[in-house]
Amino acid sequence: MTLTIDIGAMPIAVTTDSPEFAALLQDRYGSFINPSPASEASLDVDLIPSRTIEEDEDVSVRLESNRWIITRGDFRAEWDPATGRGRVRQSINPYSIDGVLRILHSLMLARQGGFLVHAASAVRNGRAFIFAGVSGAGKTTLSRLAPPDVEVLTDEISYVRPAADGYEAFGTPFAGELARIGANLRAPLAALYLLVQGPENRIEPVDPAEAARAVLRNILFFAHDEELVGQVFQSVFDFVARVPVRRLIFTPDARAWELIA
Amino acid sequence: MTNCYPTRSKQVAARMLGGEMMIMSAQNTTLFNLNDVGSLIWNAADGRTSLDEIVARLCVEFEVTPETARHDAETFIEELASHGILLLSDRPKEN
Repeated sequence: MTLTIDIGAMPIAVTTDSPEFAALLQDRYGSFINPSPASEASLDVDLIPSRTIEEDEDVSVRLESNRWIITRGDFRAEWDPATGRGRVRQSINPYSIDGVLRILHSLMLARQGGFLVHAASAVRNGRAFIFAGVSGAGKTTLSRLAPPDVEVLTDEISYVRPAADGYEAFGTPFAGELARIGANLRAPLAALYLLVQGPENRIEPVDPAEAARAVLRNILFFAHDEELVGQVFQSVFDFVARVPVRRLIFTPDARAWELIA
Repeated sequence: MTNCYPTRSKQVAARMLGGEMMIMSAQNTTLFNLNDVGSLIWNAADGRTSLDEIVARLCVEFEVTPETARHDAETFIEELASHGILLLSDRPKEN
């Protein structure tokens, strides 16, 4: 059976012959499962017996004979960017396929001038805001404090794509400590905030070089591939030239959201 | 360090913004930010310009002694070479 997981308007069809794994995908990706079969890429999953998952093992993403070979301790995947087809070998668990999807999206996005970034994001009044920061900077805290008129797109990994006029942010099911998948929404991006916890809530300007540095440090890079790294590097400079980047100094309470509108 | 000819690796992405040179290694995506001295050395590292010439430029540009300039240049070049960002040769690149 095939389930289409539609993240960032780039649907990926995942095929498995295991009803148990299909049910797990349905449960894990919820509102991101798209009933329409159109897809940009497809993955056939070959399930192997479960073994100790070594999630910490370094991921390797390399291009061999025009196919991406993606390996981690708990999975091995191959994907052909020309045909959009690929295979994954993993045991029945949600973490491996999640890792494959993140990497596949980072590869597909790079060619389109987009990227995945370690950041929370949310939509308010039809506009998206991204909150970037290292672990502990407050991504999850700020997401948890979001008032009712705010839809959280993710508390962990934000999805950014260029649009006709600026950039768009998309919800992702890639959750962090909040352990809740984001809203399946898209909205034009209004600003990116660099998160810093401090004694009061305020917004500071950030110069373009610092903005580029901060975004680059938070980008999810997997492929150590010269061409792709060059593309993403270029995309970040294009991004900071078009999207306002500011520093959000905030105390961990809901009043920080009064500054975001 | 004896005289050498540093060359910028092609396995990097580099861009100047706001007076700051940012370089990202395609091998391991490490990000480097270069100051004025580093940027001058980076821009001069075309494989044809020797360390001695780079030291001379640093002396003029930043009004430092040759000893200081040489120390700074050698430290910088060794550091970037250890990351594979600069390649070192004992002879100038041809053509």
